[in-house]
Amino acid sequence: MQSSAVNSSNDKETARSITFAEAVREALSQEMREDQDVFILGEDIGVYGGAFGVTRGMIEEFGPERIRNTPISEAAITGAAIGSALTGMKPVVELQFSDFITIAMDQLANQAAKLRYMYGGKGNVPMVLRTPSGSGTGAAAQHSQSLEAWVAHIPGLKVVQPSTASDAKGLLKAAIADPNPVIFYEHKLLYKTEGHVPEEAYTIPLGQADIKREGTDVTIVATAVMVHKALEAAEKLAEEGINVEVIDPRTLVPLDEQTIVDSVKKTGKVIVVHEAVKRGGYGGEIASMIAESEAFDYLDAPVRRLGALPVPVPYNPTLEKATVPQVDDIMQAARDSVHRR
Amino acid sequence: MTQADWIWKEPKEKLVDWLEQMWTVRWFDEKVDEFFAKGMIHGTTHLCVGQEASAVGVCAMLEGKDKITSTHRGHGHCIAKGADPDRMMAELFGRETGYCKGKGGSMHIADVEKGNLGANGIVGGGIPLAVGAALTSKMRQEGYITVCFFGDGAANEGSFHEAVNLAAIWDLPVIFVCENNQYGMSGPVKDMVKIENIADRASGYGIPGHVVDGNSLPEVMTVMKEAVEYTRNGHGPVLIEAKTYRWKGHSKSDAKKYRTREEEKEWKDKDPIRFFQDALIERGIITQEEAETVKKETKAQIERSVEFAEQSPEPSEDTLLEDVYA
Ligand SMILES: Cc1ncc(C[n+]2csc(CCOP(=O)(O)OP(=O)(O)O)c2C)c(N)n1
Ligand SMILES: [Mg+2]
Repeated sequence: MQSSAVNSSNDKETARSITFAEAVREALSQEMREDQDVFILGEDIGVYGGAFGVTRGMIEEFGPERIRNTPISEAAITGAAIGSALTGMKPVVELQFSDFITIAMDQLANQAAKLRYMYGGKGNVPMVLRTPSGSGTGAAAQHSQSLEAWVAHIPGLKVVQPSTASDAKGLLKAAIADPNPVIFYEHKLLYKTEGHVPEEAYTIPLGQADIKREGTDVTIVATAVMVHKALEAAEKLAEEGINVEVIDPRTLVPLDEQTIVDSVKKTGKVIVVHEAVKRGGYGGEIASMIAESEAFDYLDAPVRRLGALPVPVPYNPTLEKATVPQVDDIMQAARDSVHRR
Repeated sequence: MTQADWIWKEPKEKLVDWLEQMWTVRWFDEKVDEFFAKGMIHGTTHLCVGQEASAVGVCAMLEGKDKITSTHRGHGHCIAKGADPDRMMAELFGRETGYCKGKGGSMHIADVEKGNLGANGIVGGGIPLAVGAALTSKMRQEGYITVCFFGDGAANEGSFHEAVNLAAIWDLPVIFVCENNQYGMSGPVKDMVKIENIADRASGYGIPGHVVDGNSLPEVMTVMKEAVEYTRNGHGPVLIEAKTYRWKGHSKSDAKKYRTREEEKEWKDKDPIRFFQDALIERGIITQEEAETVKKETKAQIERSVEFAEQSPEPSEDTLLEDVYA
């Protein structure tokens, strides 16, 4: 996987190239140095460094009180994070695989999301739950899902899906600072991708989409790893004379509707692509938002959605690939839109 | 005479069969380890080298109709419950002839005909399923019992506590077998559990609990024999904790920083296979040569499994949408 050709607007002269995983670690470390209330809890995040190595070296710097290695108890650790957030701490949960959010779901959906509202605006739950998602590693049905639509459906949870190292760093800082619970997805295939990331701390506000590539013929709204696939498709389509604009919403909740609407008004054609199963996926929400917006009158082709087939993710590598949208699928959808097929 | 001495009076074929099973498990996982190291297999795997006696000893005390639920570290359970290593290896290769038609991989091998309701990628995920299988047996008076394998780490999931309590209050025919290999992925059991033995939790649910040396096949079989009798006779669940050790890293990539090489060596000195094999030789049940033959033949069998897997076809893309109703 290559990092995006066009990097986020946050690039500074000082930026050096680091991986997505390192960018996440840097954001965590900077926040922890600055604020004693920030701490991390999760499975195997101590000397093991986390299942994907994100917290590697952190227990050596911050010690076991603030890098809390937990038992395998997702409901308890998520709930404990929520309770500690409610009482003044700023916990960051590392949930080893996003599939296990199912086990933490009561605490997230019925507790974290609702406490402030149910209490009539009293209290805050400034917690972040970071978690690796997605397929492509051969981990099969219970370790490859993209369940972001589940949490995006719950009022009271913010949902972030960065696609580049620099976005990950700035968005994570914003997530930690946010008074609301934030679910922060890290796609497994992105961890080793490199990008230019400024060394100093910076924030990317939640709810600001990024135009990863400007174009005039068709808009592709893509999330997480699909941003890279869309960019690759865009490069190839340029050779066919199709000029693609790629928009990465970066956060699903809050969603930067305006950037998407403006782009669709410009291009008149839009494809929404995510790795999650198409049925009930968040792409449906984005597509309906476009249909309900002022962009409707500008549409020259039906809004198209690409997402995974409605099957559990299979183990066999060929089948696994065939389950989720690939570059060719994106290219074909773009051609169909542009040529109004 | 220790309590476990009955085992030496078992017919020679049975004793040799158990030795063969342990070697088969060992060679299977050694081979898989080699393939992952070479990057020949996709995904990840969890090996049970060093834990062969608990898988084989537990399943040896079951009947064909009995069921098990397994874990992510499940190749041993699978072989011990009678699976064909050819089809297991084919599954790891993602082939059509694999137990899951190439759709499951190492973490999801199930052999339903032999009563193996499946490995599980969710830690603690199989525990309530085992309770459900036991419920069927009780409601339909089918007479089978279910063994639920799980790890020390899984004992800290809510699913463990909820499921054991449910099985206890309904007196269900299920035996919970905790394979305490001292670690979760990296979390040492001594830091993650505040009591000495996970089996001590049994008293909190009002069921019997037993601790056993999980590296001793005779000890495992003895405690299982008693538990099977108790459970099959309608007295309800039992919790067994087998203390053991995984020789390899947790999964494909593990620098093993959370434990020492000395500790690993101490446990390797308690090799469950050598322990059993030496005892068989010492008692004159088998000769050194016979032991060597078992070791060689089981290894050759795994080589044949690899050939079978390599020669098997990939699943067709047409099968992608098969086997899901909705
Ligand atoms: C619900 C859930 N949480 C975490 C994991 C990641 N994980 C896989 S195996 C494992 C350790 C399990 O430890 P234990 O139950 O002792 O079994 P062992 O691996 O030692 O056999 C962890 C944390 C998972 N697969 N499922
Ligand atoms: Mg363990």
